[in-house]
Amino acid sequence: MSYKFDFAFMADRWPDFVAGAWLTIQLTVLAIALGFALGTVCALARVYGGPVLRRLVGAYVEAIRNTPLLIQIFIVYFGLSSLGLKLSADVSAVIALTVNMGAYSTEIMRAGIQSIQRTQLEAADCLGLTRLQTILHVVLLPAMERVYPALSSQFVLLMLASSITSQISVEELTATASLVQSDTYRSFEVYLIVAVAYLALSALYRFSFWLIGRGLFARKRRLGTSL
Amino acid sequence: MNQLGTNHLLYLLIAAQWTVVLSLIAFAGGSVLGLAIALMRVSKLGVLRSLASGYIQLIQGTPLLILLFLSYFGLGIIGLKLVPLVAAGISLTLYAGAFLGEIWRGCIEAVPKTQWEASDCLGLNRAQQYAYVVLPQAVRIAIPPTVGFMVQIVKNTSLASVIGFVELARAGQIVNNSTFEPFVIFSCVAAIYFALCYPLSVASRYLERKANAGR
Amino acid sequence: MPEGEAVVRVQDVIKEFGPLRVLDGVGFDVVRGQTVAIVGRSGSGKSTLLRCIAGLETIQGGSIEVCGHAVGQPGSAARAQLRRDVGMVFQSYNLFPHLTVERNITLALMLVKKESKDSARQKAAEVLRLVGLTDKLLAYPEQLSGGQQQRVAIARSLALQPQIMLFDEVTSALDPELTAEVLAVMEDLARRGMTMITVTHEMGFARRVASLLVFMHQGKVWEIGPTAELFANPKTAEFRQFVGSEL
Ligand SMILES: Nc1ncnc2c1ncn2[C@@H]1O[C@H](COP(=O)(O)OP(=O)(O)OP(=O)(O)O)[C@@H](O)[C@H]1O
Ligand SMILES: [Mg+2]
Repeated sequence: MSYKFDFAFMADRWPDFVAGAWLTIQLTVLAIALGFALGTVCALARVYGGPVLRRLVGAYVEAIRNTPLLIQIFIVYFGLSSLGLKLSADVSAVIALTVNMGAYSTEIMRAGIQSIQRTQLEAADCLGLTRLQTILHVVLLPAMERVYPALSSQFVLLMLASSITSQISVEELTATASLVQSDTYRSFEVYLIVAVAYLALSALYRFSFWLIGRGLFARKRRLGTSL
Repeated sequence: MNQLGTNHLLYLLIAAQWTVVLSLIAFAGGSVLGLAIALMRVSKLGVLRSLASGYIQLIQGTPLLILLFLSYFGLGIIGLKLVPLVAAGISLTLYAGAFLGEIWRGCIEAVPKTQWEASDCLGLNRAQQYAYVVLPQAVRIAIPPTVGFMVQIVKNTSLASVIGFVELARAGQIVNNSTFEPFVIFSCVAAIYFALCYPLSVASRYLERKANAGR
Repeated sequence: MPEGEAVVRVQDVIKEFGPLRVLDGVGFDVVRGQTVAIVGRSGSGKSTLLRCIAGLETIQGGSIEVCGHAVGQPGSAARAQLRRDVGMVFQSYNLFPHLTVERNITLALMLVKKESKDSARQKAAEVLRLVGLTDKLLAYPEQLSGGQQQRVAIARSLALQPQIMLFDEVTSALDPELTAEVLAVMEDLARRGMTMITVTHEMGFARRVASLLVFMHQGKVWEIGPTAELFANPKTAEFRQFVGSEL
């Protein structure tokens, strides 16, 4: 038998895919930003915090990194609502993705922060920087610069993993595909299209993070060398 | 409504065996493919290098869930019956192959260039250099990150549930559909996954530390 | 120049790394049984020259002939022959860390020379006796001192019975005592009539053992001749200065 590919459905369904991709972007940009912030705070707690705090953060990181995102999403969406906390699918998705992103960011940022030598802190202290200034300018930015490649690949992985939120019927890109394929019965073609869309999104994200990295670190490096 | 009981827990544990089986299939298939990809990536032939790196970029730029659907429906197209285990096995193999290939390429490249030169001077041909000198050393470097990646494999087998393969995650959904206690059930499911993955994580870190200390 | 058949002929060799010309028309002959010392400042191209002779680099001009075979152009038949004729010992030993001393030595004997396990083991024992390490047969490289590792590396090359041995600063990673034990092994080899080309910073060793001295400077053979003669009256200011600084 020979299979005839048929992409005719795209003629009138393409707006659905665009809408799905747009929701994927919104969800993941939000989750990446929030998750990275969460991870940074946790990483600081893990390095500079007291023993209790360190253990708590450690437990959080291990719990998330050793369980599937799918189950995490189920717990937030189905689990919390059964406990009386009703959340929409979109909000559940952002929460689950953020918590997940937070754990991975913690690990990556921890490595970065630990690579900053104590003498740097002492130097900043002697210069009269406040604690917050020290953390921001002497610890976080240099730490982030060192682990930026690992961070940005983790960000891209999160964007790809967001396809799992389709399982709680968040109408993002993958869910759009399910919808269209059940209307058209062109399953393989639909998922091929979506695969290409995700490849394009990956490239877009990679490029964006590269640009952001240049903006964040290039200026600092120039200053750093000229001083 | 069914009362949640030990028989449900038992059902989850039995389903967890399929998670393990699927993980092993993915790891075995991924290892074979990954080794080929890694060797292609360090090949002298530019064509092979580009093929392998194109493959890695393709797989690493597509969600595993989409790979899974493509395998599932792709098998249907070539006239095979839609067997979820086969589709899941194939897509997880494709996925693991790309990531292991990339990890192992790094390990092969971590073997000093001088080891190639020394074995070259002794007259070993390229296959012999790989088999007796480079790969045995690369394997040692590769063990910690490989064990670490097994955690990703185990977790990602949960996606096979979406095409109806009854492993741990799917079993959780099934139990939930009859008992409606999602928080408890999915927490149990998470705990079982944790019990499978955490030892691997710990082992990976331990091996990593040991390898670093040995240097 | 001593009489006899030239086993290594280096002629007008040019070697470039991108825009950088590292060897600029290098030429000399080595006669069977001769010990040659190559000396010169850091960066003068000594290692590169040796690596070219060992077939580890391709050359951009000139020719290198070892035992009648051309070196430096890709081609596997000639290469296999070269590997039989030439042994190389590196500054960083480059033993295989995952194999025992014995296996380091028997590996190529069995894989390349297709010898039986027994005969390979016998040879390993023999060459280890030559370098004075009979008791280290089953040790792993990391369990040995630097000097011992280097002697194993020499034994590993010797076991393949090459016609020519190349040594690239084999003692410069070692402290004086360990240097002495390695140099003793090399002197012994020279006395047994092995053809050797050694890049070295050990002027004492060069004077004692080498019959031909090659002084490299800026990628060229700046001065060449019988060792004693060259040391007795250096012709160029550069060599005089070099000898002065190395003393
Ligand atoms: N693989 C390479 N790529 C680029 N340049 C190289 C390479 N190998 C050597 N060079 C350059 O060639 C020049 C000669 O190097 P070489 O190692 O032959 O010097 P050398 O005489 O052995 O010095 P030393 O006494 O320090 O070992 C140096 O300028 C070096 O930087
Ligand atoms: Mg050198």
